[in-house]
Amino acid sequence: MKAAFGATKGLVPPLLLGVVTLLLWQAAVAAFDIKPFVLPSPTAIGGQFFANIPTVWSNSVVTGFNSLVGLFIGTLLGILLAIVASLVRMIDELSSAVVAAAMVLPIVALAPVLYGMFSASQQTARQLVASLAVFVPVYVNTLKGLRQVRPVHRDLMRAHAATTGQTIRVVTLPTALPFIFTGVRIASSLAVIAAVIAEYFGGPIGGLGKSITTAAAGSNYPLAWAYVLGSILLGLVFYLAVLGLERWTLRARGT
Amino acid sequence: MTDEDEKNMTSEPTTTPAVVALNVGKVFPGKKGARVTALEEINLTVARGEFVALIGPSGCGKSTLMRLIADLDQPTSGELTVFGKTAKQARLDQEYGIAFQQAGLLPWRTVRQNIELPLELHNVGKSARTTRSSELLSLVGLTDFGDNFPDQLSGGMQQRVAIARSLAESPNLLLMDEPFGALDEMTREHMQGELAHICSETNAAVVFVTHSIPEAVFLSHRVVVLSPRPGRIRAIVNVGLGGSSERTDHLRESESFFSAVSEVREHLHGTTDAVPLGVDNR
Repeated sequence: MKAAFGATKGLVPPLLLGVVTLLLWQAAVAAFDIKPFVLPSPTAIGGQFFANIPTVWSNSVVTGFNSLVGLFIGTLLGILLAIVASLVRMIDELSSAVVAAAMVLPIVALAPVLYGMFSASQQTARQLVASLAVFVPVYVNTLKGLRQVRPVHRDLMRAHAATTGQTIRVVTLPTALPFIFTGVRIASSLAVIAAVIAEYFGGPIGGLGKSITTAAAGSNYPLAWAYVLGSILLGLVFYLAVLGLERWTLRARGT
Repeated sequence: MTDEDEKNMTSEPTTTPAVVALNVGKVFPGKKGARVTALEEINLTVARGEFVALIGPSGCGKSTLMRLIADLDQPTSGELTVFGKTAKQARLDQEYGIAFQQAGLLPWRTVRQNIELPLELHNVGKSARTTRSSELLSLVGLTDFGDNFPDQLSGGMQQRVAIARSLAESPNLLLMDEPFGALDEMTREHMQGELAHICSETNAAVVFVTHSIPEAVFLSHRVVVLSPRPGRIRAIVNVGLGGSSERTDHLRESESFFSAVSEVREHLHGTTDAVPLGVDNR
């Protein structure tokens, strides 16, 4: 009861700040007569958003599915390669340079190239961009987590003649789990961002990014902002879903 | 040799000692080619069912010796056998149970799951695991805590879980590296009493590393005193305070206990060496 009250109490200041910001924004647009192509008022954006909920929703489904595919593939690859790198020192050393490069590479910039490699009428390129964006933080954090195994646990597994597979399953992965979740949590919103931006560079019709560019090109700025609002909400859903899964998993196992 | 004797030798390996060390030495490679001799000319036999304590100042290699027996490290010279096998084979055959100074429990597993870990690793069925872990929980007096996570337990209780885990597969040899080192005095004496009780029940041989003289004397049949750098056996004291079952708190007040403590202490402090550091007289 007290905890629930505490959580509600913690939500009040940011909500208040949000409301105040929106009011100031609305007042500024009215007072200074700001044109919609510069900055539409919150009520105009909200109006467009609610008037176009079916299209915002259908486009969110397209982008959301691409992000989800990217999140799964990127997470799976990131964890698997991190395990391999933690077992084979040479792969670790070889991959560290590649990963450093991938960290500074603007992955969405690969989108036009990938549209060329795969069919521009398919979602594959967008999903690949999201996968790549997800892979990097998951790999880096997982590898760090796999290195946290305590010497006493390593001795214990050796003393009990555990196989490599058993050691990974029983000690190494559970030790790394909080780190893996940190990586996936960072990656979750990156997946949405990457999937949205990848749509700017081409590919089939459909998706929030494509809708933003289309609406902006048609000078319908409040509608473009309504799609931006949709992207924000989609990113938030991804982030909160992973955060919830993380909290639930770690609480269920007592750490 | 009669036929019967020969039969005894082949079909009754119970005469094989638990641990035999012949001229065992361990040299660690140090920085810039410097070599650190941790152990030298260690000759030691631990009989079945015997409780042997290794005592010595910090850095005398007593933990290293235990790690060699456990095959967590390998000797650089000499020969080491555990139940007549190489240390590695004995480890692969799970001839020993082990407890470390840190309890080393897996924090994401319940107390019961931690105790069952060795059984799980060796594919023991679920019902057999549950039966065994229930036995062990009651043996170490933690029946009500099976579903708790280690973080919810005190240090002494965690150490008891670690001891229960080391007993899971009813090993004939227990290796213990200062298992009570991090406990307060009262918990420590209580745990020593419990360990003596457990040993009398299981009849396992024990190699017990400690730097507490009374602890070594209270628990052991023999106390092996090691000297530091290089680690050598300086003396072996036969304590002989009776069977494990007679090790109660009364023993701590007895004359024979005090004389054994003084004898170990004299050997520890040596005649020519300065007073060794790192020995506490708890």
